Amino acid sequence: MAFLPIFIFVIFVGTVLWLSFYFAKQTKTSKGYFAAHGQIHWVVNGMAFAGDYLSAASFLGICGMIATVGYDGFLYSIGYLAGWMVALFVVAEPMKRLGKYTFADILDLKFGSKAIRVTAGISTLIISIFYLIPQMVGAGALVTPLFGFPHYVGVIMVGLIVITIVATAGMTSTTYVQFIKGSLLIIFSTILCIYIFIQGLSTEPDQGGKVSFYQYSTIQAKLQEDEITPVDISYVKEGEVTNKEKTFLKLSKDGIQTWWLKDIDLEGNIILKETQSEVRKSSGELLVNGNPASEENQLRQVGNLEKICNQSGEQEKTGSINPFEFLSYFTNKNTIAKRWESTSLKDGEDKVIIYYPVETPGNKILRPGLQFKVEGSLSEKLDFVSLMLALFFGTAALPHILIRYFTVKTPADARKSTIVAIASIGFFYILTLFMGLGAMSSGVLNLTSSNMSAPLLAKSFGVFLFSAISAIAFATVLGTVSGLLVAAAGAVAHDLLGTFRSIPMTDRQQVFAGKITAFSVGIIAIILGILFKGMNVSFLVGLAFAIAASANLPAILMVLFWKKTTVKGIVASIIVGVLTAVVMILLSPSMYTSYGLNPDIAPIPFSNPGIISIPLSFLTIVVVSLLTQEKNNIIS
Amino acid sequence: MNIKKSDSENMTAYKVRIGMYMILLYALVYFGFIVINISNPFLMERIIFGGLNLALVYGIGLIIFALILALIYNSMCSKKEAEFKDTFSKKGDK
Repeated sequence: MAFLPIFIFVIFVGTVLWLSFYFAKQTKTSKGYFAAHGQIHWVVNGMAFAGDYLSAASFLGICGMIATVGYDGFLYSIGYLAGWMVALFVVAEPMKRLGKYTFADILDLKFGSKAIRVTAGISTLIISIFYLIPQMVGAGALVTPLFGFPHYVGVIMVGLIVITIVATAGMTSTTYVQFIKGSLLIIFSTILCIYIFIQGLSTEPDQGGKVSFYQYSTIQAKLQEDEITPVDISYVKEGEVTNKEKTFLKLSKDGIQTWWLKDIDLEGNIILKETQSEVRKSSGELLVNGNPASEENQLRQVGNLEKICNQSGEQEKTGSINPFEFLSYFTNKNTIAKRWESTSLKDGEDKVIIYYPVETPGNKILRPGLQFKVEGSLSEKLDFVSLMLALFFGTAALPHILIRYFTVKTPADARKSTIVAIASIGFFYILTLFMGLGAMSSGVLNLTSSNMSAPLLAKSFGVFLFSAISAIAFATVLGTVSGLLVAAAGAVAHDLLGTFRSIPMTDRQQVFAGKITAFSVGIIAIILGILFKGMNVSFLVGLAFAIAASANLPAILMVLFWKKTTVKGIVASIIVGVLTAVVMILLSPSMYTSYGLNPDIAPIPFSNPGIISIPLSFLTIVVVSLLTQEKNNIIS
Repeated sequence: MNIKKSDSENMTAYKVRIGMYMILLYALVYFGFIVINISNPFLMERIIFGGLNLALVYGIGLIIFALILALIYNSMCSKKEAEFKDTFSKKGDK
């Protein structure tokens, strides 16, 4: 364990905790705990928005996704930013003008209905939990390269620190922590991008000489009596498996078994490409690339350009380049990136995961298509549309974003803080493109998890940058989780308990109930964070967006802009939105994969439910409101 | 007090109206991006300028356009708020 990363990490976390305890002394009332007394300056609040929003999903997830599937990861950046337009133009000022602690205040303003408070409170809880999962997964991914701890240790660390933060000071400390971290994240990401441009691109990246470039072998093969065998007789064929239209050969040389991907070269000859593999033997032993796994024998880091504008070889380097040149190298169809995909299969009693190279030309990297099959079937196209809809409508319905509108003084401040957020978040999202593509081409990618791409890229430039960026990313997770726990705490203390008790709760009781909720939800998040290890955090956040967009946004928009909205319409819309989105997610191909089932048999053909659940929720509020029109039940 | 309330409501209505126009404009451009992607994805490969393809120009453009719209919206709202303050202080003087 290196000293510097630990030192920087301890400084960051120590500062966060100190801020929490400092503000705890000033937080005695529920308005202080849930809304920072409504006294935060709009610039600070705007940067805190950025801190909240640029969570694990943005820094870890998007960069990781761009590093593995190119432009499809950048779609998240575009969609996440577009969502702020709904927040600015539609939600920001009314939220501050009409609300107090939670978004239920607005829904309930004209009705005083217990049913609205309870459903809105429950929906906030569910969205908060779904949003917490990726944050926890991200935290787990961060501690492994930093300290060498296993994933679950990171999740528990974040959970415990955040529970301490939220149980002490609430929204004031969360705001200042997010302000500092949001600013630092943008500054250090800019520095990382400058390093990328100075280094330029190379076909044989070696992490600045720290890790020598590994040249993967390709060997000739022949087809003899319907059987493929290597031409080089020093390789002995021991097996052949076809999985998802890819054929892999198990070859043995000098007693070491390795897996090779069958392919055809430009002349039409059969070739075998070296892959990486993890084999779990029935005895429990793990083999990595044919040898027992150990600290020295791990999966190799990957990611490089095979050709830069049709040039390849050891000497092919661009030298320092500007951002436009950087992007133009990637859009060139004669630039070839070596990406890696994986497949799992059974070899007798052994469980095998094979990571195999896929060569992708530049014109396919920087346009949608590698993950979202926009050229594919109707359901594949709808999956893409669904994600973009969920991202557009989701931001303005996220509980931890909505509560930040109550921390400023006036509606105009709410608007201005949103603009600060848009400027800083937009700038950061453009940087994700460079960080993701930088990771894709620098030989730093971890095959088992895309989430660590940006921090590992930073590591290739030096331990200090890596330590600082990892600590900031970890602290960002802390802040986002804090915000979500405060939102959940507000929902329970203000909306649920406040509704059911015949005697109104005192300020002190509300704060106490909030802290108990923060603790309980924190524990649930820790457990789920451990269970969801390995899934891309941006993908998981996309699901949380879909639930928020389906459950909350139709209700908020219709309450604000449609006079015929009724209590029953709002309640039905929230219930339908939450249930449809959650059930569709649970029955989607991605979840079937995580259950260990065949994704092809999933009853829902696409992974993001937004395209069904958002319109359905809108339809529900309109139909139910029209069916339940009563004089005193309509917003006047 | 009534004068202030009425002016305040007008100002709020103005800001809501501007907000609606702007969100519709942005949504149009955003959904245009989605439509091109599903109807003619190969168009996204086309180089527009300086080696940048349509996907990059449109995608980064959406981010920059968001900021430009946000600044215009803020400027219009701030102007209206300043007018409201002026009107109210003049009415208060009378």
